[in-house]
Order: sequence, then structure tokens, then C-alpha cells
Amino acid sequence: MNKVLFFAHLRDEVGEESVTIEATGKTVLEVKALVAEQYKLQKLDSAMTAINEEFAPNDEVIKDGDVIAFIPPVSGG
Amino acid sequence: MMYEIAKDPIDIQSVIDKVVQREAGAINTFIGTVRELTKGKKTLYLIYEAYEPMAVKKLEQIGNEIKERWEGAEVAITHRVGKLDITDVAVVIAVSTPHRADSYEANRYAIERIKEIVPIWKKEHWEDGQEWIGNQLETVAYPSGKPEEGDLNE
Repeated sequence: MNKVLFFAHLRDEVGEESVTIEATGKTVLEVKALVAEQYKLQKLDSAMTAINEEFAPNDEVIKDGDVIAFIPPVSGG
Repeated sequence: MMYEIAKDPIDIQSVIDKVVQREAGAINTFIGTVRELTKGKKTLYLIYEAYEPMAVKKLEQIGNEIKERWEGAEVAITHRVGKLDITDVAVVIAVSTPHRADSYEANRYAIERIKEIVPIWKKEHWEDGQEWIGNQLETVAYPSGKPEEGDLNE
């Protein structure tokens, strides 16, 4: 199983800070599509994905226990 | 800790003190503050949110990038989260280097990189509403839809 974290507008849209899904064996791109559909997220395309607190490319394959975070365009500073 | 996410007001001097070194000829300090007017629109206050463990790692990455590019640099960065009022300090970056020109350049580099790769977001609250701001470069945060190759985990 995998924990998925949401931030900023994504968290507001989902209504949860995190959810648990089965994403093991899927690619980042596949997980994005799955989550976008399940939670009706329009802007997930513009978000980056982090696996275990590091940016991950779309073709990275999720392992069991990996923590997935969707990172909307950042606005710190 | 040279790289921090702070829930309380930032003590600017304590950030500066972290980069004091005998080899330094300059300490350059950047203090980012909450602006009232953005394109004529009045902000009442901001909420900053961070993916804290990753944000600390990315601040550290920026510090390491600076040390690779500017020899002898020391870097400390603290970014605030939570509710901030107009004029409050949102971020403090201190960079010390042997020579002053490097300290200016390296500090500028740090704030620009923060706006690219550190998972921190601000929500602006106005009299007539509120919105999470997508990015402050005011183009798109990731021109290609994702960070450039060099933005990843180097």
C-alpha cells in the first residue's frame, strides 16, 4: 500500500491531507491518472510528483511502502 | 540546523550567526517580506504551507549547489510557515563568502531556486476571496511542465 499526500489547492479539492491507495508496481504517470480520475482533479497535470521526499520522473515505478506526494507549482520565498 | 522551516517568527540575527566564519569577507542577508499590493490587489494576509521534510531537504540541496559554485560559501536558510501579516518576514537567507561579489550572487541564486524547487506554497487572502498561488515567477513554475533535468535530485 502507498500513502499519497496532497498540498495546497490539491488538498482543498480532495478534502484530505493524505489517502492510502494501492499503487505498487504502477508508474508515476499511471498513479497520477488514477488519482486525478478518482478525485476529479483538473490540475494534477501541472503538479510534480515526489516519491519519498524526492522529485520523481513520470516513468518511475512505485514500490510497496513508497510515500507519494503531489507537488503543485511552488510559491515560497 | 542550517536549513529550517519555522512556525514562529524568524530571528534574523540567529540565521546570520550560523554563517559567521573567519574566512568570510562578507555576509549577505536576504529578508523576504509579505507585500501588501500585488498588481494593485490588496492582500490582507498570507498562509504559507510546506511539505516540511522535503522542503528542508531541498533547502539543503540549494545550499550544496551554492557551495559547489561559490568556493568557501556558508549558507543558512529559514522559511516561515503559517499565517503571516503584511510586512512579516517570510524567509531569511544568509550567505557568507570570502569576497563580497560572490555573496550577492549566491544569495540571489538561493531565492530564485527556492521559487523553483522547494515545496512551499502560499495562499493569498484578499477582501473578496482567497487563492493558492501557483508560482511567484509569474510564468509557470516549471516551464516544461516539470522541473528541468538539473532541478531534480542533484
